[in-house]
Amino acid sequence: MSGGHGSHLHLAGDSVLHRMPAECKLAGLLAFVLVVVATPPTTYWAFPAYAGLLAGTAAVAGVPARFVGRRMLVEVPFVLFAVLLPFVARGPRVEVLGLSLSSSGLVSAWGILAKATLGVVASILLAATTQQRDLLIGLERLRMPQLLVQIMAFMFRYAELIGAEMHRMRVARESRGFVGRDVRQLPVVAQAAATLFIRSYERGERVHLAMLSRGYTGSMPQLSSASATSADWVAAAALPVAAMAVAVAGWAL
Amino acid sequence: MGAPAGAAPSLEVAGLAYAYPDGHQALYGVDLTVRRGERVALLGPNGAGKTTLVLHLNGILSGGAGTVRVAGTSVGKGTLAEVRRRVGIVFQDPDDQLFMPTVRDDVAFGPANAGVRGAELEARVHRALSAVGMADVADRPPHHLSFGQRRRVAVATVLAMDPEILVLDEPSSNLDPASRRELAEVLRSLDVTILMVTHDLPYALDLCARSVVLSDGVIAADGPTGMLLADAELLAANRLELPYGFDPRVLPVRTAGVEAPTV
Repeated sequence: MSGGHGSHLHLAGDSVLHRMPAECKLAGLLAFVLVVVATPPTTYWAFPAYAGLLAGTAAVAGVPARFVGRRMLVEVPFVLFAVLLPFVARGPRVEVLGLSLSSSGLVSAWGILAKATLGVVASILLAATTQQRDLLIGLERLRMPQLLVQIMAFMFRYAELIGAEMHRMRVARESRGFVGRDVRQLPVVAQAAATLFIRSYERGERVHLAMLSRGYTGSMPQLSSASATSADWVAAAALPVAAMAVAVAGWAL
Repeated sequence: MGAPAGAAPSLEVAGLAYAYPDGHQALYGVDLTVRRGERVALLGPNGAGKTTLVLHLNGILSGGAGTVRVAGTSVGKGTLAEVRRRVGIVFQDPDDQLFMPTVRDDVAFGPANAGVRGAELEARVHRALSAVGMADVADRPPHHLSFGQRRRVAVATVLAMDPEILVLDEPSSNLDPASRRELAEVLRSLDVTILMVTHDLPYALDLCARSVVLSDGVIAADGPTGMLLADAELLAANRLELPYGFDPRVLPVRTAGVEAPTV
């Protein structure tokens, strides 16, 4: 989710949301997103209501709108795809500003746009209020297989290091007059990538050696932190339950 | 250093020989005894077999001839867990050693693998971090620390296991002079046997009363560090060199402590 850039996704604070155990937040996020995805896109008024719920959550967490806005760039590819849909989809067409657009395409585009935006904002709120380490603990508590949690932990730890190594290699290359503008230069870049792969692989072996030397036998010791109380779970359920209420109202009306 | 008289030496290596699977022989019969509380420097040029020897001390490498005993326990298949708790290896690159999300988790990794839990684990982590002067960074991620701080935390990660012997691989490499001196002060304050692998001859003289020279897979010399470093022929024969202007004969000897055994 956040790769090596967790620190720029996280916003230090001490709100209810910051203090809530990560497993509750993760479960709450998942439930909220499921409700949003299950809502038919034609229930137009439900989506502003969801957005309002998220805005309320952000206010409680003390995360400013500008912070969220800047980090929404991840969504751009989805937006592009959604914008294309009305042009390429089939079926009855409508005229909008002189363009002939597919009406089913328009509805799908709206659905993708609205649902993706809500999902992204909710994820940004989670990342903003949760430390990487707590996310890992949360996943472990939610019975995510230990191997996957370990892989994510190592990714968090070493992504930055490998990025820095890649940067040093580029600086060294360019310091010797290399300009990577031409396709014919591609083999050089490919070789650098191969070197980086081998170096990372060797680092992996050295890390494993260091782990063995401290008694590693295949399972990581549990990271410690206070576990969730039922009050935490109730608080975490507030957002998805409210969203569910909106969705049910949408069905009933 | 409070070791009971007659206790087994921290480390006893006898007749250790080893060839890598590709046929390259790295060790040709190494004998080395390190007594309790001693600080010994293991000197030698690149390719002398230093790292190979270190990896035998906690059973990462094995299968050649000879024996390794740690505080009387022979290193073998059945004793690996015990031996790895007793031999604390600090590797050269702290980024290899520090792999957990926070400093606290990393220092807890070793003792947790040994089954220590709860308040006892907390106490161990705090004690180890305090010993290297890093208790106030416990909650930071390792990659936010300076290189010197990471090296000291790496020392804490093995101290937390209450090791019998601390093995340091090139502890002074890549450190600026101030971090180098701080690390030396930390190491001098520890009440533990130390085997220090290094090229840094002044650092060896500063910290270790005794040195052994490993060359071409055998121990070429073993004696008081000051005496070995004053022997220009010995140094030249083993590709060891003192920095420009450094003369061990005119320096006040700082390392009191355990006398080197006669050889």
